[in-house]
Amino acid sequence: MNAIIISAVWGIIMMFSGIVTAKGAAIRNTAVAGLVLLLVGNYLDLIGYHLFPVDAHKMLFFDTFGLLANSIVFASTLIYVLLSGREIEKIAPRMPVAECFALIFFVLCGISLVTTFNTLLMLFLGIEIISIPLYILTGSDKRNLKSNEASLKYFLMGCFSTGLMLLGIALLYGASPTGSFSIDELGIGSEKLSALYMAGLLLLLVSMGFKVSAAPFHFWTPDVYDGAPTVFTSFMATIVKAGIFIGFIRLFDETFGNSQPRWQLFVAIITAVTLFIGNITAVFQQSVKRMLAYSSIAQAGFMLLALLSINGLAKEGIILYAAAYSLATIGIFAILIKMKDYTFEGFNGLAKHHPVLAATCTIFLLSLAGIPLTAGFFAKYYMLASVIETGHFFWLVIFAVLCAAVSVYYYFRVIQAMYFKDGDAQVLDLRPGFKGLLVVVAALIVLLGVFPQVLLDKLYTLVYTW
Amino acid sequence: MIPVLLIAIPLAGGLAGFFIKNEKSARGWSLLVSLAALVVSLWGLSLPANSPLLNADAAWLPALGSRFTVGLDGMSQILCLLTAIAFPVIFIATWRDEYRKAWNFYALMLLSQAGLMGVFLAMDALLFYFFWELALIPVYFLCSQWGGEKRIQATFKFFIYTFVGSLLMLIGIIWLYSHTADHSFSMKSFYDLRNRVGGREQLWLFWLFFIAFAIKMPIWPFHTWQPDTYEQSPTATTMVLSGIMVKMGLFGVIRWLAPVLPVGFWAWGDTASAFFIIPGMIYASLVAIRQDDLKRLVAYSSIAHVGLMCLAIFATTTSGMQGVMIQMFNHGINIIGLWIVIDLIERQLGTRKISELGGLAQKAPALAILLVIVALANVALPLTNAFIGEFLLFSGVYVSKATQYNVVFTVVAAITIILSAVYTLNMIQRVFFGNTNALTEKAKDIRLNEKVVLAVIVVLIVVIGVYPKPMLNLTKETVDLIITKMTYKP
Repeated sequence: MNAIIISAVWGIIMMFSGIVTAKGAAIRNTAVAGLVLLLVGNYLDLIGYHLFPVDAHKMLFFDTFGLLANSIVFASTLIYVLLSGREIEKIAPRMPVAECFALIFFVLCGISLVTTFNTLLMLFLGIEIISIPLYILTGSDKRNLKSNEASLKYFLMGCFSTGLMLLGIALLYGASPTGSFSIDELGIGSEKLSALYMAGLLLLLVSMGFKVSAAPFHFWTPDVYDGAPTVFTSFMATIVKAGIFIGFIRLFDETFGNSQPRWQLFVAIITAVTLFIGNITAVFQQSVKRMLAYSSIAQAGFMLLALLSINGLAKEGIILYAAAYSLATIGIFAILIKMKDYTFEGFNGLAKHHPVLAATCTIFLLSLAGIPLTAGFFAKYYMLASVIETGHFFWLVIFAVLCAAVSVYYYFRVIQAMYFKDGDAQVLDLRPGFKGLLVVVAALIVLLGVFPQVLLDKLYTLVYTW
Repeated sequence: MIPVLLIAIPLAGGLAGFFIKNEKSARGWSLLVSLAALVVSLWGLSLPANSPLLNADAAWLPALGSRFTVGLDGMSQILCLLTAIAFPVIFIATWRDEYRKAWNFYALMLLSQAGLMGVFLAMDALLFYFFWELALIPVYFLCSQWGGEKRIQATFKFFIYTFVGSLLMLIGIIWLYSHTADHSFSMKSFYDLRNRVGGREQLWLFWLFFIAFAIKMPIWPFHTWQPDTYEQSPTATTMVLSGIMVKMGLFGVIRWLAPVLPVGFWAWGDTASAFFIIPGMIYASLVAIRQDDLKRLVAYSSIAHVGLMCLAIFATTTSGMQGVMIQMFNHGINIIGLWIVIDLIERQLGTRKISELGGLAQKAPALAILLVIVALANVALPLTNAFIGEFLLFSGVYVSKATQYNVVFTVVAAITIILSAVYTLNMIQRVFFGNTNALTEKAKDIRLNEKVVLAVIVVLIVVIGVYPKPMLNLTKETVDLIITKMTYKP
């Protein structure tokens, strides 16, 4: 509850900070303070200090899983703002900085709802609170036609999927014996599901699939990610996606967990298609930004494996995956924003002029590719292990690793450009603090890659020992 | 203690090496580090097999059931010794090679040494996988950064091939792990799996592992990355690749495939031997005869030799397995010797084409003598180390009870010995004898450092060739253990 209230209130504070000061640095620091406060507030929630004793009437349920996911999301946002916060100012004349930050906080509020919802209504509210600010952020580069197009496309597609979701929720409501939205009382658990339930379930699967850009509902993703200002693409592709994924897992675990055999095949097919389309299309991209958009689809495919298997390993793994994926992708985007040329050629010879940038970027890419010694390896390990643990869908596991091998192709193209090709990669202004932070993030990824337990154990023990 | 040192010394030395921004000191530093590793390896050899210093164990990922368990048994001893000898030899032999940003080159070389040591020492499947990948990454950068003209594509092909293989192996490892009794990655739990995993499962699990190892060895038809990569890599890296890294594949089969999935291994033995290994050996030998480029010639000859070792593993006999152990070491030494000679020729004359060379023996008599010895070892002439190895390998295949085609396999595989004599002697003749031409007229004899390393290699060749007993004793225990695990029938 702490996180929801703090993020909402801080969003309003951010909005009005624009009146008090026009200085970018001051506004940015306010945002950083807010994020730290959020992290602290969420941690207090984890260890049992509830600052705001609100009776949520069982509409929200604050379990460790959701709150841990919140911590990951807030920590990633903090790193994101520290790394790329300045870039938001660059859009400034067209979009007041304070408002951008306010919108980011509102998105975080939505994510906190999605990670801890206990009724389908709250899920719906959360998803909408996430989506509407994102439509605005996507179009924040007002004079740029591509940004406008992306925003409109995102809006139309988003509305469509929202409609589907509402319909699904209505069907489930109609089918539930007690007439309730609460996931405790929906009464889904019987082996035989009525057609009404099944239709509702599938509609929810489709609409959530839209939001996490699972194929074949991914068509908006490349255009939106490409058209939006890069700094917001980074936010959408990582933090938002991870947050919604947590809600996705929560929905299917808590609500539909007992009827798993009935929907598993649908998820398996969606996963396979997502992996295939994401990876194969990424191979043919010429722009790194677009490649990252497809890579985010491919990574979503891997995360869907957790949805397929929903067991202890999957829930632990999705937290690790969210952290590993967000850290690495935020890092790459932070470097990408600094590049003058977004194509692969634009990275040629980066290692010669900026060895630190190239080295950290390499670690991020290796992590995304899932090479051992990086967090990405254990993230993928958990996903694969969780499916193998279920004892079914072995073909999907094989297919997933073959796709992972394909992903090496496009991730390594960037490494090849940076290290083995000649050229003078143009980089915009670099501060020592930026490089230092990149090194910290890279070190964090390696640390998680050697001792993934640091994150999982530490967080769990922190929670249980208090 | 000792295994940890064997990994930690090159690892720390390599990481430190990135910061020595001076070519000469970096070179000296890497030689020093690799010599230190050699000393530790010799220290390990001098200890009795039950010494507590030879094992180390620490908690790593308790929740996953994986521990940092490393240990030196007979097989690890031999391969670690090979690795520990190879690196100083490589550094000295390529002392005069120039590299851009040499400190990075040497640091990456040391990191790959750490990875290789880890592969040979790991007694935990997940740890093994970790090091398996870790050995690959530095080599990828080494080849792509400092190699020949087509290096980027060639190395990338190599990387993708190996990565696909290792991912399949990862699935196999996770699958086996989820079926262990105590949810553990330890070698012991994996060896106990033969009671729990049925024959039907072993049949397909075999391929998940075998493809990974076959790519690394390489075995036809998974070999296509190899000649290109050997040709395009800087020679120092080629030595690592061919001398040590191909042993990772053989090692993996012996430690993680044959004893873990004995039924699958036995069931597919004939198929793998008759359709992949033996045709591959013949094919590689025939291709080697037609090669004009020295590097490619050695690359193809290596496929034939490694194939023979793999054939002997499938034979499941004590003598064959002993042969594999000793031959892994010998092949590493001999092929590094060949690469050193090729590197000398290329550096002096700027070409590796056999057709452009000739009469070198007149200009470089010392080099010629040393090369002839190494080359004869490559053909497995008596009194050389490879003779012992190949004799054991063939006798192992011949007496094998695991296959009913043992005689056919022996005879057909023996053809490659003749073919190997054809291409090796042909190479010597055309490069070293005959008339000099305009190019080879300028050739000079070898210098002291090169004499020293080649002499070391020749001494090893002759000593092991005459007195192989200590080596055979060293690996006896491991061989017996593996053979008992392999001959298990449910």
